[in-house]
Amino acid sequence: MDSTAVPARPTRRLRLPRWPVLSLIGAVVFLFWAIIAIFGDWLAPHDPGAFIDSWNVLGPMTHQTWLGTDYLGRDVLSRIMTGAKYTVGLPFVTAGLALFFGLLLGVGATLLSEPLDTALSWLMDTVNSLPSTIFALVAVAGFGTSIPVLIIVITALYIPSAYRNVRAAALNVSRMEYIDAARVRGEGHLHVIFREILPNIVPNMLTHFGIMFIYIALLLSGLSFLGLGVQPPEADWGALISENMVGLSYGAPAIFAPALSLLSLTIAMTLMVDAVSHQNRER
Amino acid sequence: MSEQDKPFIEVSNLTIAAGGRDIVRNVSFAAKKGEVIALIGESGSGKSTIALSLMGYARRGCRITGGEIRVGDRDVLGLSRAALRGFRGKDIAYVAQSAAAAFNPVKRIRSQIVEAATLHRSMSREEAGRRQKALMKTMALPEPDSIGERYVHQVSGGQLQRMMAAMAMINTPEVMIFDEPTTALDVTTQVEVLTAFKAMIRERGVTAIYVSHDLGVVAQVADRIIVLKDGEVMENAPAEDVLERPRSGFTRSLLDASETRRLDLSEGHDRDVVLQADGVVAGYGRIRNGLPGYPVLHDISFRIRQGQTLGLIGESGSGKSTLGRVLAGLLPAAQGRAMLNGRPLDLRDARRRSKLDRRELQIVFQMADTALNPRLSNAEILGRPLTFYHGLRGGARRQRVMELLDMVRLPAHLADLSPRELSGGQKQRINLARALAANPSVVICDEVTSALDTVVANAVVELLVELQRELGLSYLFISHDLGKIEAMCNEVMVLLKGREVERAARDRLTAAPEHAYTRQLVRAVPQLRRGWLEEVTSVPAAPTA
Repeated sequence: MDSTAVPARPTRRLRLPRWPVLSLIGAVVFLFWAIIAIFGDWLAPHDPGAFIDSWNVLGPMTHQTWLGTDYLGRDVLSRIMTGAKYTVGLPFVTAGLALFFGLLLGVGATLLSEPLDTALSWLMDTVNSLPSTIFALVAVAGFGTSIPVLIIVITALYIPSAYRNVRAAALNVSRMEYIDAARVRGEGHLHVIFREILPNIVPNMLTHFGIMFIYIALLLSGLSFLGLGVQPPEADWGALISENMVGLSYGAPAIFAPALSLLSLTIAMTLMVDAVSHQNRER
Repeated sequence: MSEQDKPFIEVSNLTIAAGGRDIVRNVSFAAKKGEVIALIGESGSGKSTIALSLMGYARRGCRITGGEIRVGDRDVLGLSRAALRGFRGKDIAYVAQSAAAAFNPVKRIRSQIVEAATLHRSMSREEAGRRQKALMKTMALPEPDSIGERYVHQVSGGQLQRMMAAMAMINTPEVMIFDEPTTALDVTTQVEVLTAFKAMIRERGVTAIYVSHDLGVVAQVADRIIVLKDGEVMENAPAEDVLERPRSGFTRSLLDASETRRLDLSEGHDRDVVLQADGVVAGYGRIRNGLPGYPVLHDISFRIRQGQTLGLIGESGSGKSTLGRVLAGLLPAAQGRAMLNGRPLDLRDARRRSKLDRRELQIVFQMADTALNPRLSNAEILGRPLTFYHGLRGGARRQRVMELLDMVRLPAHLADLSPRELSGGQKQRINLARALAANPSVVICDEVTSALDTVVANAVVELLVELQRELGLSYLFISHDLGKIEAMCNEVMVLLKGREVERAARDRLTAAPEHAYTRQLVRAVPQLRRGWLEEVTSVPAAPTA
């Protein structure tokens, strides 16, 4: 064959995912919160700790305080914006870490040896059977509460579910004959994992990442609500809801704004997960 | 027009669309009461879609956009949801290809058959129970009174298929639809199932629609054959006419494709032995004292010479694929030795095989769908063995990929597509090209033609033989299809329950089979002659092994 006849390799087509409208809205909302989480400290109109209007606590929405003031007269919008880095960032980091370790153990277990697989699965089921909120409470009580402790505890709590998910997906893929074909060829574990298995379980992992994100966001908010999560002077949305509980009877925006923010974040993520898992199924 | 001649099923100008494209176009046909109409065509010809539309059903994504369907005095497309529910299962029944998927594995078969009757309140539970037993008897099932007590995993595939027909018959429907009911069965089992179906159709006087891709099967059961291609009727005539005096060119090509063919093979009794195995014992479970927990293969020996093909035939469960997996190193053997090009080949631990051994012995899997990674492009799939075995990269690798595509007669522009974008036959060619990329001396072909249409499968077989001539390849060709084996194998080994029962040159095997099982196997291959089924069954079946 003449070498000039060899067609050039085309650049990979970059296709926008064809998502349903609702999921696209979810993606926009999530992107919005992600930007707030990253730049919130600089964008916030007021210092989140400053008392803007100490005479008018739990105040209404005004042109100066867009989302009203909290129980000490601080600007709620600024506090939500600076709290976003915890409520959005911590679940993102911990879900990512849990997925990473789950992947390492899950794919490793399916490929390496059966006794290891069995032992790991037992261990993971044991951890999985612990009620997560109680476990987090005990751990925080034991080690004291700080951001690193929170990250470690929550990551440890969610590794089993990530492991189970990755292992199930990897097991399905590893029964495919192209894995056999790679084995017969004499490929090593790394090639099989990274080139043959991983590309096929990425949609699965994205879905699971989204679900873990939602659960962790709710768990963290719950811990903060109980006063065991992010500690003052910093505050995440759960803490904002908790500290402004008095405002419930006044219908103050100080309590509804963080609650609705949390709701929009988790719903946005749910809608995105929906699109990814549908795409996965159609394949 | 007398009552007898009035058509019972009448389909006129049926059009079914899917994804903005008509997959069935203007199909019309009619069937008299008690007639068996066969719909025949390749995959994608719309034959199953038409059959399902008779029940007023369109698969997900499909829509019946035009035409009229009348069954008896009903306008099927005009029926309400509730009326359809009463119609389906009671007046019209469906027998699917995979009975294993149609039965619930955790319920007794009897209760599922009875449920089909009680659901429609057409009879009492006791009455349904009695009918169930009677039908099991009609279907020639062993122990008809008690076999219904079993679960799905306790009966064989052929028995389950017959039980599914019994389930369909419980309400004495006027119309039965058979959708490739014997395609998943071994030929010897197919004969039994076909006989039972035919007896039942005649006995109960049902009107039947029989969907199949196999002309030989259709020739045995159908009164009238409708040949379909791309959703259009090519020919619609009484069965004898279609089989003996086909008018459309497409029908002729289908008939030609089902003729037994014998490709010219090179003889070479004096050539070097490329692959040799002695006393291979293998199976599943832990290996103790040289015997696996569940032995599948017993004492298998063979040798394949350069440029020659050894065919391996047997029914499902005979261990033929297991032998392929043992040789490929996917399953450790408990006993036995093998030599590849004069070097010992490790059958116990494939990790100890050298790269040269791996390169020279390649395997091509049956299902191209699962054998090709859908996330890689065809060029990447073919390129990997080139890099792995030959260290080719960049432009040289790209060029070799193009040569490989050319070798398996595929156009170059397919290189950058994903295997998902190819047809079944094209996928199988990529699958084959991946093995060729290694420059092997022996290729194990594990049922490489079973998932393909006859015409496409024949083309693949021809390609294999051409490649053998060009490259001097040797094949171990594993198949359950005697026709394909006869077409391309110099020598054939017949496996029964993991043991070799006969080995012969291809001419002697079909002309003068020695072992009783081989005779049964040869006889069970459907032939285009009408009346073949009766001939086969009138000869007392030889006991298997």
